[in-house]
Amino acid sequence: MNWQLIFDQARNDFIFVFPEAMLVFFGLAILLTDFLLTKAQKSWNAYTALVGVLFSAASLFLIRTPAHDVATAFDGAIVIDPFFIFFGLIFLTAAAAVVLLSIGYMDAVEEQRGEYYALILFATAAMMLLACGNDLAVLFLALETMSISFYVLTGFLVRRRNSNEAALKYMLIGAFSSGVLAYGFSILYGLSGSTNLVKIELHIADRATQFAHADALSFLALATVAAGVFFKVAAVPFHQWAPDVYEGAPTTITAYISVASKAAAFALLLRLFLTVYWPVRLDWIAIFAMAAVLSMTLGTFAALTQTNIKRLLAYSSIAQVGYMLLGLVASVDKDGALNQRGLRATAFYLFAYAFFNLGAFAVVVALQKRGMIGDSIDDLRGLGRGCPVAAVLMLLFLLSLAGVPPTAGFVAKLLIFSALIGTGHPILALVGVAYIVPAVYYYFRVVATMWSGDGTEAHATPVIPAAQQFALGVLAVVTLVAGVFPEQFLRLANYGLQVASLR
Amino acid sequence: MIPVSHYLFLSLALFAVGVVGVLTRRNVIIMLMSIELILNAVNINLVAFSRLYGSVDGQVFAIFVIADAAAEAAVGLGIILAFFRNRKTIHADEMDLLKW
Repeated sequence: MNWQLIFDQARNDFIFVFPEAMLVFFGLAILLTDFLLTKAQKSWNAYTALVGVLFSAASLFLIRTPAHDVATAFDGAIVIDPFFIFFGLIFLTAAAAVVLLSIGYMDAVEEQRGEYYALILFATAAMMLLACGNDLAVLFLALETMSISFYVLTGFLVRRRNSNEAALKYMLIGAFSSGVLAYGFSILYGLSGSTNLVKIELHIADRATQFAHADALSFLALATVAAGVFFKVAAVPFHQWAPDVYEGAPTTITAYISVASKAAAFALLLRLFLTVYWPVRLDWIAIFAMAAVLSMTLGTFAALTQTNIKRLLAYSSIAQVGYMLLGLVASVDKDGALNQRGLRATAFYLFAYAFFNLGAFAVVVALQKRGMIGDSIDDLRGLGRGCPVAAVLMLLFLLSLAGVPPTAGFVAKLLIFSALIGTGHPILALVGVAYIVPAVYYYFRVVATMWSGDGTEAHATPVIPAAQQFALGVLAVVTLVAGVFPEQFLRLANYGLQVASLR
Repeated sequence: MIPVSHYLFLSLALFAVGVVGVLTRRNVIIMLMSIELILNAVNINLVAFSRLYGSVDGQVFAIFVIADAAAEAAVGLGIILAFFRNRKTIHADEMDLLKW
């Protein structure tokens, strides 16, 4: 056996998992050094985590590939393509923002502990692996590592009953959906005799009938995998866990789940449905269109009556998933060819959503004070007078969520609608536009509450730590700039979803 | 030699038992056990196909699934303990602080 050759090969391969390896390395380092820190020094863990994210971003930059170029490692189990770089950027930005927000938040809830930051890094590493995996086993493992980290993080406030209950529900429903997804994966393996996505696609294409429809067994694999992924992105009819988990989890983790975990599940969804299931696209387009309309309907109408801001944002994020799925529907032309505009719209939506949804949660996090829950909408009363800057930022993020110009959310929705019309789905576009009206109503209920009251209420004058101010500032600037000058961001979205590199 | 379809029907039956268990049972531990049944259905599928194709990919995947099931059970039981300590129950119907 030629050990030198094997060693060289392994060394070449390991360069491509450096971004993940950095995160895991710093996560382990936090677990080790946590013992040495006194109680007052625990927040140093957060800075270690930030350094880890920076190192990971630097190695991501070093292994970045030009558009249309793909590198594979570990015998094709991992691909380094613009798709991975694009999603990696979303995950690392979200992780950095969440760590910055967590320093003040974990102090306020008196749970400042090292494992928290280590778990955030492990979850991020798993998400990155999910975006670059090209093999069923890698994808499944990455998904499970991410999910299990999130179960623990959701229940991190062990003394709060809400947090316990949310973790338990999340764990039961998450494990169930992973099981269903894994069953779909096992059938995919059975159809092709390989766990490599590229090889599976060839077999699915062989089995597809004349009109690009799946045969019974392929359809079973399609349905179980779609159900599993819909659970993870919280699309109707698999959304029930989302409001409960969002409400009970620590607010920083709620923000992270709603943004990064959703983006990671979308990375898995895009990778699977644009490669493996591409030959049977006419089948899944119908499923996606239905799930999208249901998600928008249920998310919008359930959000109308919410009194808890985290629950309201949970239902609003279910509605947002509907719009993202519509972008995927628009990525297939009338004649069944690929439509790059629809894909670009989805990518831009995911990217912009990461900033403005994180921003909305960031304001809620910033209002947290020692010994208070402070997540009902009434707690925002008086913020407009007590702390106008926070109120204006909240307004900006809510405008963006609703899709009102001049914000990133407006451009994102516009791109989705124009792509839908371009691919012959004018009715879906109309439905999407129609649901903006009730959305504006429930977002502005929050805004109206902020500007009522006289500014002397308990939550109206928050003391926002510098780290949180910085995170809020960056999120707000990107939300605004991507709305006014979207060209750069569109170019990034275009680079990210070079389908030539995916397929 | 037993044809592969027998294994697939066994696995489908296990999967169905697991799904029905999760959806109908209200004891959290039994729900967790039903989830393990689903993962074992996956394992049977993977190993059966692995033998059918004469490739080891499926067996490697099955080992990963077993490891994952163990991790999930460990974390799951930990979460159940934390819940039980605060609420003195493990009944899913009594998880009613957050609207289910």
